Formats: sequence, structure tokens, C-alpha cells
Amino acid sequence: MTVRIVVLAKQVPDPETPPSQFKIDESTNSVIPPSGVPPVVNGFDLNAVEAGLQLRDAGADVEITVLSVGSDFIMDAMKKPLAMGADRLVLVDDSGLDRIDSAVTVKVLAAAIEKDGPFDLILGGRQASDWDQAHVMLGLAEILGLPLVSVVQKLELDGDSVALQRVIPDGYQVITAPVPSVLTITNELGEPRYPNLRGIMQASRKKPEIFSLADLGLSSDDLAPKLELKKLYVPESNRQVELIEGEDEADSGKKLALRLREEKLI
Amino acid sequence: MTSVLLVAERDDQGDISQSTLQAVTAARGLADVQVTAVITGDADGFASSLAVDKVVTISAVESGDVGIYDQVTADVAALISSTSPDVVILSKSDFGSIVGARVAFRVDAAFASDCIEISNADGSVTVTRPVYGGSALAEFGIASSPVIVTLRAGAFEPSSDTGSPEPEVQGFDSGVTAERLVTVTDTIAEVREGVRLEDADFVVSGGRGLGGPEPFSVLTDLANVLGGAVGASRAACDAGWIDHSHQVGLTGKSVSPDVYIAVGISGASQHMAGCSSSRAIVAINKDGDSNIFKEARFGVVGDWEKVLPSFFAAVRDLKA
Repeated sequence: MTVRIVVLAKQVPDPETPPSQFKIDESTNSVIPPSGVPPVVNGFDLNAVEAGLQLRDAGADVEITVLSVGSDFIMDAMKKPLAMGADRLVLVDDSGLDRIDSAVTVKVLAAAIEKDGPFDLILGGRQASDWDQAHVMLGLAEILGLPLVSVVQKLELDGDSVALQRVIPDGYQVITAPVPSVLTITNELGEPRYPNLRGIMQASRKKPEIFSLADLGLSSDDLAPKLELKKLYVPESNRQVELIEGEDEADSGKKLALRLREEKLI
Repeated sequence: MTSVLLVAERDDQGDISQSTLQAVTAARGLADVQVTAVITGDADGFASSLAVDKVVTISAVESGDVGIYDQVTADVAALISSTSPDVVILSKSDFGSIVGARVAFRVDAAFASDCIEISNADGSVTVTRPVYGGSALAEFGIASSPVIVTLRAGAFEPSSDTGSPEPEVQGFDSGVTAERLVTVTDTIAEVREGVRLEDADFVVSGGRGLGGPEPFSVLTDLANVLGGAVGASRAACDAGWIDHSHQVGLTGKSVSPDVYIAVGISGASQHMAGCSSSRAIVAINKDGDSNIFKEARFGVVGDWEKVLPSFFAAVRDLKA
């Protein structure tokens, strides 16, 4: 029997954007997209795609659906999970979804999952690299009434249950969860695979399935946030670095040690 | 008046954690505030060490529920429903992140994680939290009460005040037995040699610029001479050069040593989020424009392969 997996993926500004290019428009409290640095799928969400693909590699018959909520999707970015090997891409695309908080995101995702489901596993990254709330997956489990295991580094399907390793500060927990469950995946799982040429070709032919808010029985009234963003700004750094320069690099190293001793740091 | 429910946390020894004492400071910083601490298990001997107005106890966390926290979630949600606090404060630990986020949805509350500031100065509650991996700060107003807040470790000083008068202690029985669908069958502790990264006074950390796994043995030798621990950037861990247990950053460990020596680390915001509370950051990087020099107190712009050996030799002489 096919195991239906949905991976929740979010389009985010590339977290590798050099800090010098990271700029905020304070009049609209939003990030100014840096020129020449296109958005990407949140890195941890790609770890979650990789988790689904590893289940397939282990012999399970899995169908992987990638689901995202937002607006202004860039297909080059959003199709990466398809190129890696995911089967379907479902987008809830509505201009009202560009400024929502995590509580609203959960509401919309839950509606999309009910419409497109049922799913056996709901996977997502441990947090998104833009708002870093680590809230959506946990909230989704609450709203859907499903068990939740966070920061999973390893998973194996075992009949009607899934065997997991959950990262803790100095080791890991061994956990058994039922199917269906909500799991958040961490980068310890391993790097997402690079799409191969065949994957890229297949992805380019696939069309995303688009849901509107109305398709999900939702309206703009359902999008009222609980948190009101009042101010978004880049903090000023007042640290002044003292650069140690010796006659050559080796001398600089020696002088650095002496300077640290002078400051009683070592 | 602002009523605060503070969800206290225990450390490995069962004592009140440092992060909870930090949360006490945050709660006490609010104007006209009434603070109730809720604690799992027995409050014997703890009540007097908490500068709060009242202590409520709920059932202890069973070992099979650690990391899932079904029962604590049910108990805290019931307590919120019955006492209607304005603000619920937790630490952004494994415990606080899970319980806080789950409870927020259970009681349909606003949620803000990893906050570094909280205020009710102008009548309503506002919080500030780092976003975009620490590249920006976001200030939020709360449109509805209650709000569930988790606090970043180290954002507040731990409270050293004692409860005076000693807070009244009350038991709370939610009447709910959470159905346990997920089973924790085992906990594997990773063997660690030397000083704990989180407790180290010196951290020697390596990043992508090291180019491979071998240089980490040099970093380890240096850390040993200094009596410190070895850290790494996420890039170095993901590349497999060193185990993820060494990862410092937003999604790794948070460290606050006296000296944080960053070798070949560019200083991406998400890495700095884990080490910016160090007393002094020392950077060795060949790219003088890299972000690490904006955060460092001392730096050498140069090839680590040339800088580090002489630095190491000089440190060894100084320590001898």
C-alpha cells in the first residue's frame, strides 16, 4: 500500500544572503529582496523532503506531496523538491497570504491537508530560516489532533508505526510514533540530495496544483493575525574589532595571543 | 495589573534551571505584575528560592513523556483556561519550545518564541525577537490575550532574589490524563570527552574555511591547552567534518564563554545567534570583509594555516 507523505515547504529569502546585502524597508516592515539572490525553499524543509526520499530508498512505496502556503512563488525554487524526487507540488497561492503569522499559516495548511489528504506522515523542517518561530508544525499537530515528534534525525517505517531518533542536547531519544504523525526534521538527518538531470527534467514537466483560499473554504476574514508586526529593523552593531597585524601572518598569530594575555582573557 | 504565568523548568539535577531564573527577571521587569510560577512535580524547597507571588504544582514529567510533553501540555493548558493569565512565559529550551507552542494552539493564544525583550510599558504587551537568523529584530504587539512567550537563553540575567514573603504553594489537578500515543523507549547519551561546550570558558570553533575534517584535531589540541571545548559552524557539521553535537548556532548549542575563537567562520547571523553572548569573540579569517569581524573584539585577517600554529605556540608558552 502506498504511504502518502506530505512535506510542508516554505519559500524564504536565501539565508546565505551576505549580511551586507540584507536590507529592510522600514516603511513597510519587510525585507527588500536582494538583487541577484533568488528565494529558496527553507533548508530544513529540504531535509524533510530528504527524509521522505530516504523512506523510499529503504523500500517503502511512498508518494511525496510537497505543500506550501504563500504568494509570489518562484517556481525555480519551489520545484527543487520535485527535482530531488518528490511526486507532487501543491501550492495554496493567494496574495493575502504574504503577510500572515504562524497561527494563520497553520489554519490554512490544516485546511489544505484535509482537502488533499488523508496523509500517513506529515513532515516539515524544524523551523523556517525567516521567522524562526518553530511553531507551525507543532500547531498543525494540535489542530489536526495528531501525535507530534520534533527535531527528528532518523526515521524508519515499521508497519503502522514509525521508529524515530529525536535529537536532544547530548544525544538522542529512541521513539516509536504511530502513523499518522506529524514530524519535524532537523539537519542532522543529512544533507538534502542534489537533483540529478533526470529529476530536473521531470520536475520541469510537472505543473503545481494550485488551491485558492476559496477552494479551502477560507476567506480573507480567516487571515487575521494574533501578532501585529510593529517594527522590523537591522540592529546596529557597536562592536569595533581590533585587528592585530604583525610582520606576517605567523607574527600576527603570536601577537594575537599576547594581546589576549594583556587583556587577561587567557 | 498584568498577570503572568511562568512555566518553571528543572535542570538535570532536578533543581530550578538557570533559564527559569532568567524568566523570573523578565516577568519581574513588567509593570504592575503578579507572577505565578507553575512547576512540574514537588515544589519542596523551591518555593522560597523563586521571587514570585505564588507557586502552583502540576504532576511531574514521566520519563516516557520527556520530549513529547503530552501531560504537561494538557495540565498547563487547563491551568491557563482556569486562571486566564495575560502572559505565559517559558524558556526557549527543548521543554519550553514544545510545551509553549502546543499550549498556544490548545488555548488559541498568540505565540512568540525566542524573545529577547518583553514589555507592558504602554499598556499592552510587546515583545522583540530576532528573525532572519538574527539579521533583523522584529517588535510585535499582541492583538489578543493571552500571549505565550518563550525567552532566548541569556537574554535576561538570572534572578537572585528570593520569594519574600515566601510564595504560597498550591497543587493543581487538571483532571486530564493525556493519552500517550508516542512512546519514548530509550535515551542514548553521547559520550563526551572533556568540558561541556555550554559550560566552557573557552571555545575554539571551526567553520567552512577549514576546508576539511583534519584541522579540527588542531582545534581540539588548542581547546585542551586552554581547558575549553571545540565548537563548529553548521556548515562544518553538515559537511561531516565534525559531529553535530559540536554545532554552535541558532539550531545548535548556545555558548557564552569568556573567549570564543572563531577559525574560518564567516559569521552568518544564524551562527552568531549561538555565540554572541561570549565575553570576547576572536576571529581568524582570510576574508577581511566577512561578517565575523563585525562581531569580533579581536581579529587577524589571514590564512588560518599560517596564523594558528604561531598563535597556538604562543598560547602554550603563556600557559606553561
